[in-house]
Amino acid sequence: MSMPFYVPPEQLVKDRAEYAKKGIARGRSIVAMEYAEGVLLLAENPSRTLYKISEIYDRIAFAGVGKYNEFEALRVAGIRHADLKGYMYGRPDVAAKGLANAFSQTLGNIFTHEIKPYEVEILVAEVGINGESNRLFKVTYDGTLYDERGFCAIGGQADVLTQTLAEKYQTPGSLTDTVQMVAAAFAEVEQREIDGWEAAVLDGAGERRTFRRLSQEQIGTALAG
Amino acid sequence: MSVDRFTGGLPAGGPAPGTSFTDLLKSLDLSPEWNVGGAGGQVQAPEGTTVLALRYSEGVVMVGDRQATEGHLVAHRRIQKVFQADAFSAVAISGTAGLAIEMVRLFQTELEHYEKLEGARLSLEGKATYLARMVRAQLPMVFQGLVVVPLFAGFDESAQVGRLYTFDVVGGRYEEQDFGATGSGGRDAKSFLRGAYADGLAEPDALSVALRALISASEEDTATGGPDIQRGIFPNVVTVTSAGYREVPDEQVAAISATAMEAMR
Repeated sequence: MSMPFYVPPEQLVKDRAEYAKKGIARGRSIVAMEYAEGVLLLAENPSRTLYKISEIYDRIAFAGVGKYNEFEALRVAGIRHADLKGYMYGRPDVAAKGLANAFSQTLGNIFTHEIKPYEVEILVAEVGINGESNRLFKVTYDGTLYDERGFCAIGGQADVLTQTLAEKYQTPGSLTDTVQMVAAAFAEVEQREIDGWEAAVLDGAGERRTFRRLSQEQIGTALAG
Repeated sequence: MSVDRFTGGLPAGGPAPGTSFTDLLKSLDLSPEWNVGGAGGQVQAPEGTTVLALRYSEGVVMVGDRQATEGHLVAHRRIQKVFQADAFSAVAISGTAGLAIEMVRLFQTELEHYEKLEGARLSLEGKATYLARMVRAQLPMVFQGLVVVPLFAGFDESAQVGRLYTFDVVGGRYEEQDFGATGSGGRDAKSFLRGAYADGLAEPDALSVALRALISASEEDTATGGPDIQRGIFPNVVTVTSAGYREVPDEQVAAISATAMEAMR
């Protein structure tokens, strides 16, 4: 009978974390930032059909970077979670905090129990209504949950983007200014031509379903000022 | 067990429920209980009465009275029978109100669920077909006297026209070219519309004809409630056009009703 080699848990977790980080580092980044009337989500995305940003519920949006099939599975699970809750109870009962917690639990379990961890980072944004504040949550590959203020970045360049944006961001501005600020930060960090944009907003002034995708023309107009 | 699955982590979804919300409920053992077994006794529950829809130049208009009856009694005076299904469609209900309203809630969730998962809305025909399936699933309840018959109308985004569908108790789905009505006063509304309807009506005329048809039904059918000026209760009136679903405000419905009732005096 062969004995399995002993691997100390520290080593196991470190190996898994490195593996996941390597996968995420390849992914292009996404930024969510509060603007005067809501929350903007902006991503670098060369594809026009495979989205990284998506609607979850009335006031909640989702963004994911990393391996497509993995964050897509999480997106679907998130929509199921939200729709079930809204149907069983009521629409106001679906909140980003519960959803971010569920993502955190799921990713945490996968990190420790599955053969390989998910190579993804998840962003959950919620626009506040009736003067409530907006919420931005970030969930990493190991299920760690971060609660961010003002803006939040995920993906390969998340740390550098966060530093750059921290210098620029003060108070929520207009949508056009916000798009320009985030795009400029992307350009500064990446030091290359940006390979297509994907953008959406959670419009705080909207009724019921507040998620709205910005078309390529709208993004172009905002970037041109 | 099933509740833990969806409040703790994320719902795993069991055997791949795909894009259907109903299948998701089923996989988690949370389906609404349509099929009540037991003795074939008749159950009495509040019933919604008259709803109607007609096509006009810009799309469709849908109208529903606000009354629910239980036998000869008025059960509710302010019930809502016309609902938004999604951004480009509306659904109205007649028959057993409790079941019908639950069916609408499930239908709305179903359309939204599909739209979010797929990133595109179902076609108008797809929505109507799905609703027909939901009516058919309801069939066992018909034998207990609990009938639900919806009316579905919307704006077809690909063909750029308003379309409307009527249904029967076994889930038959019929596309109507001009108008449709269902509920206890449905027949009276249709016989009014047969005379008053014309192709390509402008919006003000379409609203007026639709409301007159409802008033006319309320005069023939005791279960149908017309505009209630004394209590300030007015029919639900909605339009669906290329600009999407819109509820006509009560003040406007009141004004049109007043003119219509004056003319019919």
